[in-house]
Amino acid sequence: MTSVAHAKPGAHDAHHAPMSFWRKYIFSTDHKIIGIQFLFVSLFFLLLGGLLAMQIRWQLGFPGKPMPGGGILPEAMTSGGVILPEYYIQLVTMHGTFMVFFAIMPLLMGVYANFLIPLKIGTHDMAFPRLNMWSFWLAFTAGLIMVAGFFVPDGAARAGWTMYAPLSARPDLSGATYGQLVWCVSIVVLGLSSVLGSVNYITTVINHRAPGMTWFRMPLSVWAIFITAILAVLALPVLQGAAILLLFDQTIGTHFFDPIAGGQALLWQHLFWFFGHPEVYILILPAMGMVSDIIANGSRKPIFGYHSMVFAIVGIAFLGWIVWGHHMFMSGMNPTLGSTFMVSTLLISVPSAIKVFNWLGTMWRGNLKFTVPMLNAVAFVSMFTIGGLSGVFMAATPVDMHIHDTYFIVAHLHYVLFGGSLFALFAAIPYWYPKMFGRMMSEAIGKWHFWLTFITYNLVFFPMHILGMNGEMRRLYDPSQYEFLKPQQGLREFITIAAFSLFAVQFLFLFNFLWSLKRGKKAELNPWQDNGLEWSLPSPAPHGNWDRPPNVYRGPYEFSAPEAGNADFLPQHVKLPTDRDPAAATAPAPAPAH
Amino acid sequence: MTHATATANMMHPPAPAEPGSGVYSNKLGMWIFLASDVMFFTALIGSYIILRFGMREPWAAPGAVLNVPLTGINTFLLICSSVSMVKAYAAIVDGKKYFLRPVPGKLLRDGGLKFWMLVTIICGAMFVGVQVVEYFKLVQHGLTPAGFREGSHFAEVALADPAKYGAATAGLFGSTFFTMTGFHGFHVTCGVVSMLYLYFTKVLPEKYSPQDYRGIETIGLYWHFVDLVWIILFTIVYLI
Repeated sequence: MTSVAHAKPGAHDAHHAPMSFWRKYIFSTDHKIIGIQFLFVSLFFLLLGGLLAMQIRWQLGFPGKPMPGGGILPEAMTSGGVILPEYYIQLVTMHGTFMVFFAIMPLLMGVYANFLIPLKIGTHDMAFPRLNMWSFWLAFTAGLIMVAGFFVPDGAARAGWTMYAPLSARPDLSGATYGQLVWCVSIVVLGLSSVLGSVNYITTVINHRAPGMTWFRMPLSVWAIFITAILAVLALPVLQGAAILLLFDQTIGTHFFDPIAGGQALLWQHLFWFFGHPEVYILILPAMGMVSDIIANGSRKPIFGYHSMVFAIVGIAFLGWIVWGHHMFMSGMNPTLGSTFMVSTLLISVPSAIKVFNWLGTMWRGNLKFTVPMLNAVAFVSMFTIGGLSGVFMAATPVDMHIHDTYFIVAHLHYVLFGGSLFALFAAIPYWYPKMFGRMMSEAIGKWHFWLTFITYNLVFFPMHILGMNGEMRRLYDPSQYEFLKPQQGLREFITIAAFSLFAVQFLFLFNFLWSLKRGKKAELNPWQDNGLEWSLPSPAPHGNWDRPPNVYRGPYEFSAPEAGNADFLPQHVKLPTDRDPAAATAPAPAPAH
Repeated sequence: MTHATATANMMHPPAPAEPGSGVYSNKLGMWIFLASDVMFFTALIGSYIILRFGMREPWAAPGAVLNVPLTGINTFLLICSSVSMVKAYAAIVDGKKYFLRPVPGKLLRDGGLKFWMLVTIICGAMFVGVQVVEYFKLVQHGLTPAGFREGSHFAEVALADPAKYGAATAGLFGSTFFTMTGFHGFHVTCGVVSMLYLYFTKVLPEKYSPQDYRGIETIGLYWHFVDLVWIILFTIVYLI
């Protein structure tokens, strides 16, 4: 670690040295290239996870009917094109695993943490560029290992993405020996990658801010990523530890989670959700941060309540540690403990509501410009609100007893993960696309994609609330075999058709993304007229970013400021005659009081 | 260099000045990584506490299964290596890059960075060695991660005195013991390997100086952390 080069101001010559293709694009240490690598890999996993979801939907909508193209799958998965129960549970497990660990999490924390932190705080690269490269390649390896699960004997893991023991710990119960093992190994490798990445993000934000970039001049996206990295650094090792214990149970005969030999199955749930609930916020906080930036930009107004936004992020992150028990109300945990978790969970809705209120406050009487990023960001706010409100339902123990493990939970989860995080990504990808690739994504296709996604997405996930209220359990292979769930078959079929449409619409996005790489409109320096430091760089941003770190004179949300003259924005690095030079104020860099 | 300037050096890190916390990035990054490692060991130790104290049946008495005196010596070795790590750090702060140097009027020679780093590496490696021997002996006598092996020495004595040897909880005893001490041993091994790497690439070529000893300070942090974890593990696994 000691040999990692330090970015010294002025002594920066990385972009003068010619680099081979491999050093520049494959084993790159440049944070932007690593971010782009993460982008391509996690979009692939997003597509893969979506493909698994489509197979789940086929089985639920048309149980017992041969799936189109199902014939090409091996006999262990399908029989005459019909999905077998053994394969169905693999689909459910791996859809969750890929989407959470290999699509949304790397899209937020791999792509945008890497890409945005140095650009937005004004530095040349991450604090530990080589560690950063390792972080990507470890995540990539973990992804390959996870995919390999489908190709081992007995197929992929079968215990659901939450891997509840003892089902996950004992191959004789789950029926999959190697699949379960592969899952654990992959998660351990992924955890290492996340920890290394997050150590890097935190150090960079603390130590490498440009002169004048004080804590409270940082954009909310950087704040959110910073806090999320703290969550990741503390939460992922717990999952790693749990996965290692599970791996030992499966391989060397330990008995951590096997009740017959004295182990505790509930211990797995505690360990998993102690990680799992901070993980929930790892998956949403960066999205919130980026949406804050985009909404302020699209409203041409300063963000409403900047400080309260920061403290809300910190508050959510803190409360996220003491709510894990709300996943376990029905596990046989002490009911008194349950009410404690209920209260702490309900408390989280306070900072979350502050954020929603502030987004609305930002848009209120703003000069709204509905570009594609702005549309998706506003969709994020509304969908997150629905998902947050259904979250309050399940936080209340008595209500949760009815809806626990039903499609109501599935609906809630997808409203915050798809409606929340993924819409935020549909906003962030076109928004920072010009800085990544130097071209704009097509606005026309983007708008088609947005509206069609928004409509079909709601058609897919809103009815799931109703299914869940009527008692349909999730992960059922064929709900229609239950008398009381039979009448809902029409609704399931409707959801399936809507889901296929939703999936099909995503190819618009894919096309737009790939087509614009070569054919998109050339991007100017600052296409969204934003204040962030990254927009002072050419598009795409050059290797090494700035020759000298820029000086920062103000916060990132100075839209429609009277000082700006005719423009309605005032970039952070622009010096007005009244501005003091920050270098003089912070040059000796004494240890700050925070 | 006087002691006063050495202290001043500690207050003002030797790295090129960076904006921000005033702590150079390697050290800050190591602290954050250690926070993460704390959580990892918390998962293991927390599981151990829940499993052990959640059991109604008695746990094996300290010393019944494990060789406490041997591990006591091992603990002493690890603590010694922490001391020598501090000596190595103090040596490079004072600019002593040498191995040993005679001191006029004194019997003992004065150790420099090369000497104290070597002592640390040897103590750390010996710790791992003793642990490997301990594991071999335990497995030989019948303690495995899955519990007492059928027909082994431990299985027999446990039959005679189930309470003392924790016959009913042997499976969990083996699971937790090997997992916790094993991962600690893995951390020590990683530390020894990193120190060996630094020893040959940086210490022997005399790349460290009172102006820049970041590698020593950073690996030192890690080493003290691993030592601290062992003190906790030794207490809860071997003594209680």
